[in-house]
Amino acid sequence: MKNLSFLFIFGISFFPLLCFSFDPETPTDRRVLVLLDDFSLKSSHSIFFNSLKSRGFDLDFKLADDPTLSLRRYGQYLYDALILFSPSTERFGGSLDLAAVLDFVDSGHDLIVAVDASASDLIKNIATECGVDFDEDSSAMVIDHKSYAISGTEGDHTLIASDDFIQSDVILGKTKIKAPVIFKGIAHSVNAANNLVLKVLSASPSAYSANPKSELSSPPLLTGSAISLVSVVQARNNARIMIAGSLDLFSNRLLRTAVQKAGSPDKYEKSGNEQFVTEISKWVFHERGHLKAVNLKHNKVGETDEPAIYRIKDDLKFSVKIYEWSGKSWETYVADDVQVQFYMMSPYVLKTLSTDGKGLYHASFKVPDVYGVFQFKVDYLRLGYTSLSLSKQIPVRPFRHNEYERFITTAFPYYGASFTTMAGFFIFSILYLYNK
Amino acid sequence: MSSIIASDLLKPFKLKTKQQELLIRVSILCLVYILAFITRLFSVLRYESMIHEFDPYFNYRTTLYLTQNGFYDFWNWFDSESWYPLGRIIGGTLYPGLMVTAALIYRLLHFLRFAVHIREVCVLTAPFFASNTTIVAYFFGKEIWDSGAGLVAAILIAVCPGYISRSVAGSYDNEGVAIFALLFTFYLFVKAVNTGSLAWGLASAFGYFYMVSAWGGYVFIINLIPLYVLVLLITGRYSMRLYVAYNCMYILGMLLAMQIRFVGFQHVQSGEHMAAMGVFFLMQVFYFLDWVKHMLSDTKLFQAFLKITVTFAVAVGAVALGVGMVSGYISPWTGRFYSLLDPTYAKDHIPIIASVSEHQPTAWSSFMFDFHILLFLFPAGLYFCFKRLSDATIFIVMYGLTSMYFAGVMVRLILVATPAVCLISAIAVSATVKNLAVLLRSKNKVVQTGSTKGTSSGKASSKASLDQSQPFQKNGAMALLFGAFFLLSKYATHCTWVTSEAYSSPSIVLAARGAHGNRVIFDDYREAYFWLRQNTPPDAKVMSWWDYGYQITAMGNRTVIVDNNTWNNTHIATVGRAMSSYEDEAYEIMRSLDVDYVLVVFGGVTGYSSDDINKFLWMVRIGGGVFPVIKEPDYLVNGEYRVDKGAAPKMLNCLMYKLSYYRFGELLTEYGKPPGYDRARGVEIGNKDIKLEHLEEAFTTSNWIVRIYKVKPPNNRW
Repeated sequence: MKNLSFLFIFGISFFPLLCFSFDPETPTDRRVLVLLDDFSLKSSHSIFFNSLKSRGFDLDFKLADDPTLSLRRYGQYLYDALILFSPSTERFGGSLDLAAVLDFVDSGHDLIVAVDASASDLIKNIATECGVDFDEDSSAMVIDHKSYAISGTEGDHTLIASDDFIQSDVILGKTKIKAPVIFKGIAHSVNAANNLVLKVLSASPSAYSANPKSELSSPPLLTGSAISLVSVVQARNNARIMIAGSLDLFSNRLLRTAVQKAGSPDKYEKSGNEQFVTEISKWVFHERGHLKAVNLKHNKVGETDEPAIYRIKDDLKFSVKIYEWSGKSWETYVADDVQVQFYMMSPYVLKTLSTDGKGLYHASFKVPDVYGVFQFKVDYLRLGYTSLSLSKQIPVRPFRHNEYERFITTAFPYYGASFTTMAGFFIFSILYLYNK
Repeated sequence: MSSIIASDLLKPFKLKTKQQELLIRVSILCLVYILAFITRLFSVLRYESMIHEFDPYFNYRTTLYLTQNGFYDFWNWFDSESWYPLGRIIGGTLYPGLMVTAALIYRLLHFLRFAVHIREVCVLTAPFFASNTTIVAYFFGKEIWDSGAGLVAAILIAVCPGYISRSVAGSYDNEGVAIFALLFTFYLFVKAVNTGSLAWGLASAFGYFYMVSAWGGYVFIINLIPLYVLVLLITGRYSMRLYVAYNCMYILGMLLAMQIRFVGFQHVQSGEHMAAMGVFFLMQVFYFLDWVKHMLSDTKLFQAFLKITVTFAVAVGAVALGVGMVSGYISPWTGRFYSLLDPTYAKDHIPIIASVSEHQPTAWSSFMFDFHILLFLFPAGLYFCFKRLSDATIFIVMYGLTSMYFAGVMVRLILVATPAVCLISAIAVSATVKNLAVLLRSKNKVVQTGSTKGTSSGKASSKASLDQSQPFQKNGAMALLFGAFFLLSKYATHCTWVTSEAYSSPSIVLAARGAHGNRVIFDDYREAYFWLRQNTPPDAKVMSWWDYGYQITAMGNRTVIVDNNTWNNTHIATVGRAMSSYEDEAYEIMRSLDVDYVLVVFGGVTGYSSDDINKFLWMVRIGGGVFPVIKEPDYLVNGEYRVDKGAAPKMLNCLMYKLSYYRFGELLTEYGKPPGYDRARGVEIGNKDIKLEHLEEAFTTSNWIVRIYKVKPPNNRW
């Protein structure tokens, strides 16, 4: 009986671990649904998929029009991430549609979308909802007559080589990508109204988006470095989205090919594609750049308990622990630019937190001489990292009636005056009443 | 009526006249005491024992806090649930008299082992004090005229609608206690002036202290009494009695008043209190001059001295006032005070005061409604007062005239005028009836001192009077007595009718007549507040127009942005601006204030006319007063406020319109009318296709009176 109950408790407590779901404690994704237009992509892009598998992802390949397609069952999501390698799908099978994909992202899951020249409206709409607008012209491709990739045959310069990466170690890894990335696909621009979307790989200033097969009748709408080739979005709930204008970018053919950028003497044995897609998929699947803040604590100096209310001019200590996910475990995060605000409509105190190098950030300050409902706010937004915005409400009260300073030296004349008046009045009364 | 029964019952008993008279008087007072209490219980019988309206909910909440946490916590209470994120120091910004009184009654009852809930105490505090007021009115009447006038005054004030309007059961507001305190202070002061006794002066100082602790209307006392003293000085009625009474009352009253945190140093620093101080110094000058006159025998010398002293004193006073004003030590008059002296001031300068319906100038009809025959008896009473001028009658005349003026400026101040009107009318009634009765009973040896209306008429003999020559005098007197009796009984029925129909609705629960004459109860407010309490996170912030702030914190137990304590105009203007902006602009404002829910009151379905759409122009005005981007003409069409198709485009798309009429366009409210027919304004609304982007409907009560919206978090991917 005892054993049984022990087993039961054991089972219950490990239940969350047993069902592989996204969990803030281990933010890296586990189960990935890959939607393909046809299964031949499985072999033509096998290097990319194998790299994911070797990193521990559980890939579930399905056709985009599979009628059993479903992202959630009984209110639970079945997958942690979705890869849409199905550019030409007009409608998904099963219960999946545009809204379902967006809901999937809005509940904190990750998404990779890759398109090519045959991109359907559905896929384009998904991208638009994420702040990325593909070229309206469905036959247009990115053409670059200056920084194209030199290949055996002199083509239409739609196979371009780009090395205009975003400057972020967090997104693209610490090792610099030396070889240019070969790209063959369609152009998109990032929506100016959306400040969450980032261009990871941009086209060169000489690129433009047009139909390579026809004469250019009017100036192209998208030109130069306004063209984004690969973009990422980190949503407010820290879901990460990657949108690539080329499905070939991930293909074995381009991953393995040698590359030489036109006008450049450097010739590389292997294109930068493999490193690029691997590193960026690490970022998208939260293997890198994921922070968490825990143990937000504050207390009066000299006390340990967190008070329910502060008094003006109290001295307080504030501390928070920040960790970074390394892909396997939580490591300490060290930075010197984390700040705390003591905020009521505007920050009354803004202090940079000092760290002990072990993840603990702390600061001490005096509560301002203003009462009201304040908030401790940590808004830490750094490129590539998940955004940390913590706030904790705390009221600040004025002095109680018996907390003011008493017997102030400068007030002694007043005390003296009142006591002399009292004494004088007393003596006067006696004299007046009894001295006849 | 009561006295007839009383005297009939007493017939068999052999009592001396004096004893009889005393017994009748005491029993009348007892009956009046009970009458004053029970006539205020309509609302409890009709609805339930509940707190009414808006401000009483705050008073109730603070009283609850006081009984639960004790006086010191109450005194130092910093409330973080209102005026988010500024908070409010409750202890320092309220008049604690009412709460302390209720808490003491509660303690006393519990000490006597009556396990009542604090709510019952709060509900019945106002009627209880109304009963006490009748006793004070009796003594006051006795002091200024005679005990007959006192009895009539007690009866008149017991049922006068002007007073009942603020003292029905459940109307747990400062005024309920304050009118008692006001009349009591005046009574004690008049008594002190009449007797010249230091003890009565001291008592009036304490009465004043209680008044200061109970209501901001104490400013009326501290200005009326100096004015009265000034008038007595000018009319040459200066006496030692007055000197003792005023000095004692002013000095001690001031020291005591300064103990109330909300008043504090205002009592010596603000412009409103300066008159009292000036008169105080003037009294000393008078006394000094009196003394000098006593010492100097030469009148000519004294005249010269008088001139010099008076000039000097006035000059010093003027300079002191000027220096104080310029240096900022004496604060200028507040807007509220200005708006009392100049009825148009608030309308032009302070929309937040003008927006309150009870601050509007009084209509003639409401005088008639609240005073009924007292309105005609009042001048008659003044006539009697002038006929028999004394220090006391001068006081009541001044009280009556000044308060009548203020009652004309603001509807709510009818309340302050009511005791004076009742007392002066009582003098008229008592004096008239007494004269008539003396006429009728001139043969009888018994001197009629009991005064109530019909006492003597039944027994009146028809014999001709001795010293009068007019033949029909007796019959005339008889007719007049019956006339008086008729008028007074009309007054009684009118008062009861007004109390039952107009002043006994809690306004938190609305009642209407159904199609079959049955009563329909709309309990939407409490439904909504209960929903907030049960379904929102405990630290949720609710934005609504300030009228509902107290109720949301008291009943919903949620943090509000603004409430009925309108201490911060900018904060209210911010809310007004949010309500009158387009949704996306309003969203920015709401985000900056951490608003989680928005609450609007909407009467379009039920025809409830005091809803937010009808209050909306005030939101625009108050918002525009601080933020000039909000302009009133943007919401009007040719100066006309409308919500139908012809409404201004900004009106049709502002947040308040959207929140009020969201999904209303699909609703059929009245048979034979198109969908979206607003019953409160009697029009079909102009924008039926309302889409909300940043808010979502969270809860709408069963009759749509309260609608609550949730503010969505910012878009996840943008």
